[in-house]
Amino acid sequence: MSFEAEGATASESKPAGERVVRWARPVLGLLLPVGLALGWEIVVWLGISDGRLVPPPSRIYEEFAELARSGELLRHLIATLMRVAAGFGLGTLAGTLLGAIAGYSGLVRRLVDPSLQGLRAVPSIAWIPLFILWLGIFETSKVALIAVGVFFPIYLGVMDAILSVDRKIVEVGRVFRLSGAGMVRRILLPAVLPTYVVSLRSGLGLGWMFVIAAEFMGASEGLGYLLIDGQQLGKPTEIVAAILAFAVLGKATDAILAAVMAPFLRWQDVFKPAGEQ
Amino acid sequence: MLTLKHIGKTYPNGVRALDGVSLDVELGEIVAVVGGSGCGKSTLLRAISGLDRPTQGAVVFKDDIISEPHEKIGIIFQEPRLLPWLTVAENVGFGLADRPKDERKARVARALERVGLTEKANVWPRELSGGQAQRVAIARALVARPEVLLLDEPFSALDAFTRIDLQDHLLDLWADQKPTLVHVTHDVDEAIVLADRVVVMRPRPGRVADEIVIDLPRPRDRQSAAFDFAKRRVLAALDRSLDRAVRVDDGETKSEAGAALWW
Ligand SMILES: Nc1ncnc2c1ncn2[C@@H]1O[C@H](COP(=O)(O)OP(=O)(O)O)[C@@H](O)[C@H]1O
Ligand SMILES: [Mg+2]
Repeated sequence: MSFEAEGATASESKPAGERVVRWARPVLGLLLPVGLALGWEIVVWLGISDGRLVPPPSRIYEEFAELARSGELLRHLIATLMRVAAGFGLGTLAGTLLGAIAGYSGLVRRLVDPSLQGLRAVPSIAWIPLFILWLGIFETSKVALIAVGVFFPIYLGVMDAILSVDRKIVEVGRVFRLSGAGMVRRILLPAVLPTYVVSLRSGLGLGWMFVIAAEFMGASEGLGYLLIDGQQLGKPTEIVAAILAFAVLGKATDAILAAVMAPFLRWQDVFKPAGEQ
Repeated sequence: MLTLKHIGKTYPNGVRALDGVSLDVELGEIVAVVGGSGCGKSTLLRAISGLDRPTQGAVVFKDDIISEPHEKIGIIFQEPRLLPWLTVAENVGFGLADRPKDERKARVARALERVGLTEKANVWPRELSGGQAQRVAIARALVARPEVLLLDEPFSALDAFTRIDLQDHLLDLWADQKPTLVHVTHDVDEAIVLADRVVVMRPRPGRVADEIVIDLPRPRDRQSAAFDFAKRRVLAALDRSLDRAVRVDDGETKSEAGAALWW
C-alpha cells in the first residue's frame, strides 16, 4: 500500500514522459505471459495442437468456473488456508518465543542453538515419514510439518535481530530497571520488529511451500490434493488451476501480512504519505 | 547522600580507567566533573549509575551499595537515546509504566510542558531537532523523580546557542525537585554556570586532581568578573592536572629548542 502512495507522489514531481514509463513498465512485464497465453489459445483454436497436456487459458478458466460453481474450489481453498494458518501460527509462536529467549539469554542460546542449527540442516521434507508415524496421516502431521518450515526463518531472524540490537538503547531499559520480560517486550521486540516482519514474510512463504508437501502426503482436500488428483486423473487443467490458486493465495496473504504490520512500522518509515503531516 | 569510596576500574582489556576516586556528594548538590577526554569521566558515571561495576571500591547511595541501576538514580547520555518506535510522550512516560494511566498522563504532560515541548507530544523522535530530542531525554529522566541525576556530556553534541539555552533550562528544572546532579562536561563555562563544585580529573589512570567550590549566587552571569575568576581557577587546575604530561613534553621540546638555539 505504501508503494501506491510512493508511486503517486513520485509521479507528481516527474515530467509526463517518465509518468508514461511508469505505466509502461508493468505492461511490458505482462506482454510475455499474455502474449504466450493468447498465442497458445490461437494455436489450440486453429487445431494445430489439441491442448490436452498444455491446456489453453479458456479451458483453465472453464475448470476454475466449474470448480467454483460446484463449491469444490472453496472447500479446497479453505482446507489449505486452515492448514497454513495453523502451521504458520504455531511456527511463528514457537520461533518467536525461542528466538527471543535464545537472543536474550546467552545460556539458553548456548544450550539450544547448536541443536536447532543441526535440525535446520535437515531438509524439512525429510521429517514427513517420522511425522506420519508419530502424528498420524491426518491434520496434525501436516500442520506440524508446516510449523517446522515456518519456525526456522522466524527463530533465526528474531535471534539475530536481538543480538544486533543497539547496546545504547538496551541501556535505557536497564536504567529504568526493566525485568527480563519487560526488556524483551518493551525494548528488544520493538527494536527487532522491522527484521521480524521480514522473517514473518519468508516464514509465510515457506509455509505455502510446505503445505503442498504436507498435502502430497495424502489428503482428501486442499489445493495440494487437487494437484495430485489432477495428475492421477490426467487433468492438467485442474493442476494449472490449483497452481494459479496457490499463486494468488500466496501473494494475497503476503500482502495482507505486510499491510497488517505496516502501522507498527510507521515510526521507521522514511517516507511520509502526503496525508500525514 | 552519594559517596564514592576509592573507586577503581580496570577494563578487561587491561586499561586502568579509574584509580582511587573518592567523592562525597550532598543531597541537592550540583557537582560538575571536568577533565580531558579519556580520563574516565564516563566510566565514573557508569559506575555511579550501576550500568557497570567498579573493580575496586564501592558507590554508596543512602546505605545501598550500587551494583545495578537504582530506582532513584537517573542518567542522561550524550545522545538522547530516545526509543524511535515510541512517540515523544510515550518516551517521556517510559519509566512510569507501573503507574496508573491517569497519573502517568498528567506527569508526562507536565514534564513536556516544563521542557516546552507540549505541542510535540505525539510526534516521532525522528522529527525532533537535536536540542529538542535532548530535552525529551531530560524530561524522560526527570519525570521518574530521581534523587540523583547523572549527566554525561549531555549538551556536547549541540551548537553553542542551544547549549546555553539548555544549561539554563536544566537549572530551571533542577529547581523544581532539587535532585543531586553529577554533570560531566568538557566545557568549563558550563561547569561554572551549573555547579556548586567542580571536580577536576586527571588521566591515566583517572583520578580526582582538584575540587573547586563555586560559591556564586544563581543565576550566574557569564559575563561577570567573579565568573571569569572562577573560570580561571578551574582552567589553572586543569592545567595542573595535566602537569606531568606537560612537563615531560616540555623537557623534550626545551632540550630540542635549546639544542637548536645553541647551534
Ligand atoms: N568498554 C571499555 N573497554 C575498554 N576500555 C575502555 C572502555 N570504555 C572506556 N575505556 C577506556 O577507559 C578510559 C576512560 O574512558 P572514558 O571513561 O570513556 O573517558 P572520558 O569519558 O573521560 O572521555 C579510556 O582510556 C578508554 O579508552
Ligand atoms: Mg565520556
